[in-house]
Amino acid sequence: MSTKPPLLKVLDLISLALLIAAAYMALIYAPTEASMGQVQRVFYFHVATAWIGMLGFIVAGVTGIVYLRTQRLKWDIVEVAAVEISLVFFFIAIVLGSIWARPIWNTWWTWDPRLTTAAVTELIYLAYFMLRQGVEDPERRARFGAIYALVGAVSVPITFMVIRLYRTIHPVVIGTPSAAAQGGFNMSSPMQTAFFFAIFAFTIIFIDLLWNRVRLGRFQQEVEDLKLRVIQ
Amino acid sequence: MEPRLKSGKTAPAQRPQPGFVQTLFAVVWKDLTAEMRSRELLSAMLVFALLVIFIFNFALELAPSVRSEVTAGVLWVTFTFAGTLGLNRSMAMEKDRGCLDGLLLAPVERSAIYFGKAVGNLTFILIMAAIILPLYALFYGINVFRPGLLLVILLGSVGYTAIGTLLATMAVQTRTRDVLLPILLFPITLPVLIASVKASSGFLEKAPDLSAILPWLNFLIAYDIIFIALAFMFFDYLVEE
Repeated sequence: MSTKPPLLKVLDLISLALLIAAAYMALIYAPTEASMGQVQRVFYFHVATAWIGMLGFIVAGVTGIVYLRTQRLKWDIVEVAAVEISLVFFFIAIVLGSIWARPIWNTWWTWDPRLTTAAVTELIYLAYFMLRQGVEDPERRARFGAIYALVGAVSVPITFMVIRLYRTIHPVVIGTPSAAAQGGFNMSSPMQTAFFFAIFAFTIIFIDLLWNRVRLGRFQQEVEDLKLRVIQ
Repeated sequence: MEPRLKSGKTAPAQRPQPGFVQTLFAVVWKDLTAEMRSRELLSAMLVFALLVIFIFNFALELAPSVRSEVTAGVLWVTFTFAGTLGLNRSMAMEKDRGCLDGLLLAPVERSAIYFGKAVGNLTFILIMAAIILPLYALFYGINVFRPGLLLVILLGSVGYTAIGTLLATMAVQTRTRDVLLPILLFPITLPVLIASVKASSGFLEKAPDLSAILPWLNFLIAYDIIFIALAFMFFDYLVEE
């Protein structure tokens, strides 16, 4: 087994530093929002973690296609890594959103398109892992995983659009908000700096985590191969 | 095209491959005949659907005033739950007796096998719906015989079985197959369920407002087309060894 590549070690440290810096930007540097107060600071990490959830979702879909085309297990490892990270970050985004929604919308949860879609995505991810657990043959596991990830990737946007036919109250900070949105605000320029910095920081953290997880996945595969060789 | 040997002679004559439609109907026919003789699938779906409706009656206290509002929801929950039972059974039957391998060995296009199974499953769900609907009307005194509602049931069932057959093929090949199918299927079919319930309750209103129902119908049609195409693309990958 190889030791950790030096570049990855550096990236680990950069990610940690970026996380601390993003926390500083969100909690101290950015001004307090006038009407919502301190709770608005949740917004920076909420959007950034949701963005990572989306990014992982897209990476999983793309690697699913690549795996089905090439049938090479290394793409399956990337897919699992992306889904795992996406699962965790969507969960964080949902929890952070709930913390914000409690004082602003006066409820922890509402069946809004974004909230429901995020929750359904989580359920699809959980089903994805249960599916993989039930298959022993690595080739077949990878094939089923890729197909299910792709079916999910097609279904989730449709779910979003279907629920959007109802009225939505989720604020849209970038782009045009709907008339019924509650809790929207305009970003001042330090807010924008903190916001984009959080997005940037979490993107780097995503790359770092993905790399680490892919490396772990390779080790898992190696161990599995070694076990098979011992049995034979 | 006939495969040519190196010497330039044509290969020995082979039996012509059966066409796509022919294969599809052969699979459907096989499923229907087996069901006519055993009746294990439809009877299970029907009894289960009836039980769900009974349970809903007591769980929701279906008073006459709220009945018309929840009818669409109750019907669709019944159809999806009973449908899962049917999908699971229909695929498990193939797997248990090694029939799936037999089907796959046949020199036919695999997507035709998929469509055959899907059409078979769709037939079973529609038969179940055709029996459950009058019973529901009888028990709750609601007129459910509206052409619009029947159209929604058809469109919803097509989308549901298209993806359901694909995922059932996947689920039966895993260790935890019986429990896995609903977990895989429900989050994916959520859009069908939402659109079907909305369109159905629209048609069940005293004066259906077509302009409000049309977006839901469009969604159902779009979903059906997208997921039939997806299943068509993926089925080969699911059954290859």
